[in-house]
Formats: sequence, C-alpha cells, structure tokens
Amino acid sequence: MEAHTKQSKKPKFKYGSQAKKDALSGYLYVAPFFILFLSFGIFPIFYNLYISLFSWKLFGAEPEFIGLQNYIWLLTDDPTFIKSVVNTFSIWIISTIPQLFIALVLAYVLNQAFVKMKDLFRMAIFMPFITSILAVTIIFNSLFSRDFGLINFILGTEGLDWKNNRFLAHFAIATMVNWRWIGYNTIIYMAGLQTIGKDLYEAATIDGANKVQQFFYITIPQLRPIILFTIIMSSIGGMSLFIEPLVFLDIRGGSANQGLTMFLYLYETAFGTKYNVGYSAAISWVMFVIIVMFALLNWFITTKVIKD
Amino acid sequence: MKNRAGRFISYLFLIISSIISVFPFYWMFVISTNTTAAANKFPPKIIPGDQFFANLQNAWENADFITALFNTLIVAGTITISQLFFCSLAAFALARLQFKGRNFVFMLIVSTLLLPPASPIPLYIIVSKFDWINSLYAVVIPFLVGAFGVFLMKQFIETAIHPELIESAKMDGARNFQTYYRIVLPILKPGLATLAIITFMAIWNDFVWPSIVLKDQSVQTLQLAVRGLQNAYNRDTALIVTGAFITTLPLLAIFIPFSRQFISGLTEGSVKG
Repeated sequence: MEAHTKQSKKPKFKYGSQAKKDALSGYLYVAPFFILFLSFGIFPIFYNLYISLFSWKLFGAEPEFIGLQNYIWLLTDDPTFIKSVVNTFSIWIISTIPQLFIALVLAYVLNQAFVKMKDLFRMAIFMPFITSILAVTIIFNSLFSRDFGLINFILGTEGLDWKNNRFLAHFAIATMVNWRWIGYNTIIYMAGLQTIGKDLYEAATIDGANKVQQFFYITIPQLRPIILFTIIMSSIGGMSLFIEPLVFLDIRGGSANQGLTMFLYLYETAFGTKYNVGYSAAISWVMFVIIVMFALLNWFITTKVIKD
Repeated sequence: MKNRAGRFISYLFLIISSIISVFPFYWMFVISTNTTAAANKFPPKIIPGDQFFANLQNAWENADFITALFNTLIVAGTITISQLFFCSLAAFALARLQFKGRNFVFMLIVSTLLLPPASPIPLYIIVSKFDWINSLYAVVIPFLVGAFGVFLMKQFIETAIHPELIESAKMDGARNFQTYYRIVLPILKPGLATLAIITFMAIWNDFVWPSIVLKDQSVQTLQLAVRGLQNAYNRDTALIVTGAFITTLPLLAIFIPFSRQFISGLTEGSVKG
C-alpha cells in the first residue's frame, strides 16, 4: 500500500497524466452520490435546526421566528416529554442488556467446534431480522393480547393487561425489540469470535481454566471493540425506538402515554394532530444531544469495565 | 462426563433460541389459516386451520394488493439498482482513486452513519416543496443513494480488490470507467448481492415514511396496504395477520435459499476494517 502510493505520485504533474485523470474520474464518480447525499442526507439535518427556531405549523399560518422558545418550553414546561424520556430509557434497559448478553452467549456456543448444523441455527436465529417491524408488531399484538393471548396462556396469567400497565407495556415492547435484534448481534459477535486466536484458549485450558472462565477472561476482553460497536449502535437504535410502540399501542404511546418514547413524541407532535413541526424539530435536537451523550457514556463505561 | 453435560446445555440453549426465533412465523401461519373467531378464543388455537384462502380473499377485497405490489416493486427496484450503481462507483473512487478531499468526503459519510436517525420533518418539508406528496418520487428520490451502501462497498473493495490489480489494468490501457466496469464490478458481485438484499429488504419493509407522504390508494405500498387493514373499525385479527404474512413470504423466499451467503456477506462488510 505504502509503496504503491509513492509510485503513483511520481508522474503527478505531467499534462494529461494518469494522476490527473484519476482525480477527474474520482470527482466525477463521487459527484452523483454526493449531490444526492448532500440534498437528502446532510442538508435536512441543518434545515431541522432552522425549523426548530420557529413557531411553525404544517398547513397553518406563516412560520414565525421565536428563537429558542421551543427549547425553553420543552425543557421547562413539558411533563409529557419527561415521561417519554423515562419510557425510552426504561425500554432500552430491559431490551439492550439481555439482548447483547444473550447474543454474546449464543455466538460463543455457536462457535464451539462440536456444534453441528451451524448454518441451520444461524439461519433460524437470524430470520427475525428480515421481517418487517409492522409484521412483527402485529404478531406480538396477538401474542400479548389480554384476553386471547398465547403469552398469558403459557404463563398462566389470564387477563394480564400487557398494554395498559406501564411496566408490562415496556416489557412487551422490549420483547419485540429483543426478538428482532438478538440474531443480528449474534452474527456480528460470531464474526468477531473468528478473529480470536485458538492459542489463547489452548493456553487457558492448559492453565486449568474452565469454559465459563474462558468466556469471561478471554472471549469478552478480546471482543471489546465489537462489543463497543454493538453497544453504541443499540444505544442509538434504542433511543430512537418508535415503530413498535406506535403499532403496539397508538400514536400517543397508549391512552396514558405509557409507551410514548422520545421519537414517538416527536412524530406525534409533527404528524399526529398538532402538526407543530417547529416544536417537533426542537424535540429532535434535544433527543440528539441526549443520544450522543448517552452513547459516549456507554462507551466510557464499557472501556472501563472490560479491560484487556 | 462434565463435557457431555456442557454439550447438552449448549444444544438445549441453541434449540430453544431457534424455536423462539422461528415461532412467531409459525404463529403468523396459524392465525392466517384460522378464522378470527378461532384466534379470539382462550386458550388460543395453536394448530393451523383451513381458512387460508378465505382470509386471502378477504384481504384481497379489503386492499388493493396488486397496485401496492406494483408500486413496491417499482420503488424497491429503482432504489436498489440506483444504490448498487452510485454507491459502488463512489466507493471505487473513494477506495482506489487518488484525489483531494476524498478522505474528508468519506469521513462525512461515515459520521452520518453514527448519528441518530434524523427527524422526518425537514425531509417532509423539502419533499412537499418539490410537490412530491402523493407521488412515488417522494419515496424514491431521497433514497437513491445511502451512506451505508458506500461504506459497505468500500469495505468490500478494500478487502477484495488489490491496488496492483487496478494498476495492471491501467498499464494495459484501460480507462478508469472500464476498470470499474470490467474489473471491479465482477469481483464485487458478492458485495453487490449483499447490498441488494439489504436495500431491497429495507425498502420493502418500510412503512413510516411512505405513510407520511403517500396518502392516496393509488400510490400505496404493500406495508401501507397491510397497515390499512388495521384501522379503527377493523379488529379482524385473521385478516390483518394474513396481510402481514403474504407480504413477509416473498422476503422469506429470497432469504432462506441465500441465507448463508447473505449472512457472511453482511458480517464481512460490517466487521472487517
């Protein structure tokens, strides 16, 4: 790689040289991608900041500039937003922690040499990931039904109301999230496990470490970068959760907002009944700050807890 | 002895996890082959019935699945082809051509991958300024390219295509586009297949953005048709689940035979590098 770059630098300034042609082609090939990406990927992020400074109703009067007023309302005078933040974190905790841990154990087990039919297990575990969230939620709606649900039947908890009790609703939503994402994370971890050298395990076996010790003292530390990656991604995903509560409950996250998440609140404010896009844009920026801070915190904790 | 117990527990864990993963698919099948009356019984019926075709007909009469399928195929097809072409072309330039600013462009693209998903509001306002509401343009044009596509293709190009190969093609007199078309694309096939499945799947399954910008029956997509079956007046479980089931089947039909290649393609792209 090094040698190659040095070589191709030599004829750089000749007229019509390969270097010039490369640069021209480079710009040309990136241009269509970049123009579309700029217009529909990057510009909206900043446009959103602009919108958040206005009293702006879709289909309403002309937007009116109000500065930071939306943010002030949001942070000082909106109990519904606070509730949505608490709900989001509650669902995140009961989904992400078991999700990543189960995925890690599954990947570790699937990676053992004696396991047969690996492909079949991998496929079965990964299948939930390809289903639409809509279909997933419709099915879990039936499974978690109060009167006719299979879950109540299996648990022997007849008449347990999974939708209207706040904690139970969070649990049901977390179950949908876990079901969908465990397989995906398992696959990511398996790929990571294949990069760990066998000699580490052999040395540990000679030293008398059992499988459980090997898992905690070799597998987890060696996988640290990948575990970090999955924690960051599931923080972002979990903090942005909204389709599951939207379909499982309704656009307000249920009659008492028991399942209202931050993103669902943002969505409801803009497209529910209020069409208040200015306020909704402000929610998205506050949410953005919360997510980034939370992801950084997770990153910090993970690097502290898992040491090489 | 201890070893044997460990193996037993491992298999038990794998089998239970697999059953839990697959069970909801079975459950979808059970409900779509029974009547709503049977689904609304306690204890629930857990074996398939014979009502599938009745439910299918009912779903067919309550939603325009033909139009929805046609729209979905146009949207998902256009986006998939466009992403494969523009993302691989840009990734080729970013990975193997030298030009000023390429690192900056790549960093910009990757950083948006790590950002929380952006709010749909600005995009809605942009799209309505273009007058694309209730038109398939609204669900196609913003997604013709994607940051993930470029990232994935660049990973694949860097692992599968050596700089020497590109160099020697140039020595033989190939122009850059010929190099991309004749050398990069054929080697990139497994990567392109992975990106194609991911993109197609994501567009096929999406319903939030389409439900915001597509209100007319004539432009609705499959997921919107299914969502439409579940309205305030309609609590017909068998009907709704049948709708969800028939829109899931095509994806299963694509996924199951290619799952091995797809899963390894996905992990190669996301973990390496």
